[in-house]
Amino acid sequence: MTDLTVADPPPALARSHISSDLRAQRVRSAWVFLAPTLLVLAFVAGWPLVRTIYFSFTNASLTNLAGAEFIGFNNYLSWITLKSGRTIFRGLLADPTWWNAVWNTLKFTLVSVSIETVLGLVVALVLNAHFPGRGLVRAAILIPWAIPTIVSAKMWAWMLNDQFGILNDILLGLGLISQKIAWTANPDTAMLAVLIVDVWKTTPFMALLILAGLQMVPGDIYEAAKIDGVHPVRVFWRVTLPLIRPALMVAVIFRMLDALRIFDLIYVLTPNNVQTKTMSVLARENLFDFDKFAYGAAASTMLFLIIAAITVLYMWFGRVNFEGER
Amino acid sequence: MTMLLRTLTFCAALGAVDLAVAAELSLAANTTGKNVHFMREQLDLFEKQTGHKVNLVTMPPSSSEQFSQYRLWLAAENKDVDVYQTDVIWAPQLADQFVDLTEAAKDVVGDYFPSIIQSQTVNGRLVALPLFTDAPALYYRKDLLEKYSKTAPKTWDELAATAKEIQEKERAAGNADIWGFVFQANAYEGLTCNALEWIKSSGGGQIVEPDGTISVNNEKAAAAIDRVKEWIGTIAPEGVLAYQEEESRGVWQTGNAVFMRNWPYAYALGNGDDSAVKGKFDVAPLPTASEGEKPSSTLGGWNLAVSKYSDEQEAAIELVKFLSSKEVQKQRALQLSQLPTLAALYDDAEIAAAQPFMPSWKPIFQSAVPRPSAVAKVKYNEVSSKFWSAVHNTLSGDGTAAENLELLEVELTELKGDSW
Repeated sequence: MTDLTVADPPPALARSHISSDLRAQRVRSAWVFLAPTLLVLAFVAGWPLVRTIYFSFTNASLTNLAGAEFIGFNNYLSWITLKSGRTIFRGLLADPTWWNAVWNTLKFTLVSVSIETVLGLVVALVLNAHFPGRGLVRAAILIPWAIPTIVSAKMWAWMLNDQFGILNDILLGLGLISQKIAWTANPDTAMLAVLIVDVWKTTPFMALLILAGLQMVPGDIYEAAKIDGVHPVRVFWRVTLPLIRPALMVAVIFRMLDALRIFDLIYVLTPNNVQTKTMSVLARENLFDFDKFAYGAAASTMLFLIIAAITVLYMWFGRVNFEGER
Repeated sequence: MTMLLRTLTFCAALGAVDLAVAAELSLAANTTGKNVHFMREQLDLFEKQTGHKVNLVTMPPSSSEQFSQYRLWLAAENKDVDVYQTDVIWAPQLADQFVDLTEAAKDVVGDYFPSIIQSQTVNGRLVALPLFTDAPALYYRKDLLEKYSKTAPKTWDELAATAKEIQEKERAAGNADIWGFVFQANAYEGLTCNALEWIKSSGGGQIVEPDGTISVNNEKAAAAIDRVKEWIGTIAPEGVLAYQEEESRGVWQTGNAVFMRNWPYAYALGNGDDSAVKGKFDVAPLPTASEGEKPSSTLGGWNLAVSKYSDEQEAAIELVKFLSSKEVQKQRALQLSQLPTLAALYDDAEIAAAQPFMPSWKPIFQSAVPRPSAVAKVKYNEVSSKFWSAVHNTLSGDGTAAENLELLEVELTELKGDSW
């Protein structure tokens, strides 16, 4: 990316022949340097994506991928009108389990990312302050993020276990609950359990990115505010927050992309029930468990489109606000 | 016995020397109970006899997860795994990917129960050899039943009443963690097995009948599921909604349940030295809705199949024949209390002494209810998933049984289309 911007010469120079040659040469070399990256990306990301989209328009099954026939948009939506005049809709867009999964995913994303952002901000502000042993605390807080999700999900599954789990034991001991709670099995608490584990795991990630943003803020601004006698809360809202906003935006988008794709945590932690089934879980189920590879491909394609749409919207709104304030 | 084995090993080793084409094989096996431990021991024996080397590939305990992994490997024409341990219901779905064993097994096939061989035969091809068969039992605590002068329940209502009474009295006596009944109600294949038993033993059919009729939406089936709904949170911990076999065994084997529905493998484990219920329990056939009816157990069982994509098919077939042989099945029955698939072993005195319940289990698995995998063919997994979802939703309070079964019937009819 940077190479391309460097290759853009000032307009005045561009008019002369010599610099236009130079420019072409720079653009060429930029492409040469970018080519390996683009090739690898096309191979590991582009090709599978194109294949998935292609399969979503066919009737492919996992055991017969080569014999796939093109069936248009039928995996997404099709309808037949019965003799009685009743029209029946079929396909992903008419499938209530799909919309339930979409809703679950969005709910999870909104709640988890909001909590993680606020907590991450708090943690980052604390870690930015000077106190003895700061290095150690900074390292320690990263541990949840360093543990692979599968391991932490399994670990939490045991801690949340209804009969032997430590969480129930503690809560019972404190007298906060009177009966053991089946955290992951009870439909009312299953999503809560997922949220608890996700917040525990990814708050360090948010904190780290925000901390990086905080350290970019020049100290003299705070000194000036202090001399002017501005209240610390006001300093936070008027100085810190606007200045770390770009870093915060990037952190949120990273988390959001991750949260929209959530699979492993839910798959390991909860029974396969409707309260926690997300888009990725549903896509996998159709792709491999059922004999509906093409339908699963359609779900994956929709997942891709939904994530792309949300990201574009987020970036668009984010930029509008950002520029409006300046 | 050991002497005989040694001699056998020696003879086989002599024979193997001149063949001397040692192959390296991989066997995908499940990890429930002590299966992996047992398999490794037997594989070491096989390695000594034949000079082949066998690697164990361990699979997740949930059969649903295991199946999707297999499907993925087989679709990718994976050469790394030569032998697959397969569930009894998978034969119709994976038949095309496995080697026909008819020719290789023609000298031994007559020793197995014909119904089990039949279940593994698809379009005239024998796609897997039976390793062990399965029919679940009702595990009950002898000591507790005696203490409150109860007998093993014959009906579900009797079970619920006994469980409730003992649970209440035991809790009042200070045993705070005790539960009446544990089973498997996580949303996975195991719930299909459990719910099929509740429904079939109540006269509610078997989801999809052998002729392809969808029979699941009926009053008896709905009543059977509603009955279980009553148990959740009263005699069964709410956690059963997330339990698979091993989780329920965890509650049982720590002495925290009066009754458990589980497969025979839990018998040997329950009598292990680390078990809190060692010598304190017995097994009975599953209850029925009303007295005098035939108990219904879901037919389980595991088999061994050879991958069509394996480069070492001959050695792989040799391994399959070894693991499903009489000697190994006998050891499996003695050590793991898993039911043999060879009729002769049910008259074996050694087995009867070690696993007293086993001889009486022969009629039970022979009349066990098969899941509708033969009729639904490649659509079976979806049928099963829709069925367990409907049951799981009902049990967790999302709609009544009647509502969910009505919806299920519509979904299954749509899935069926013109024919299965």
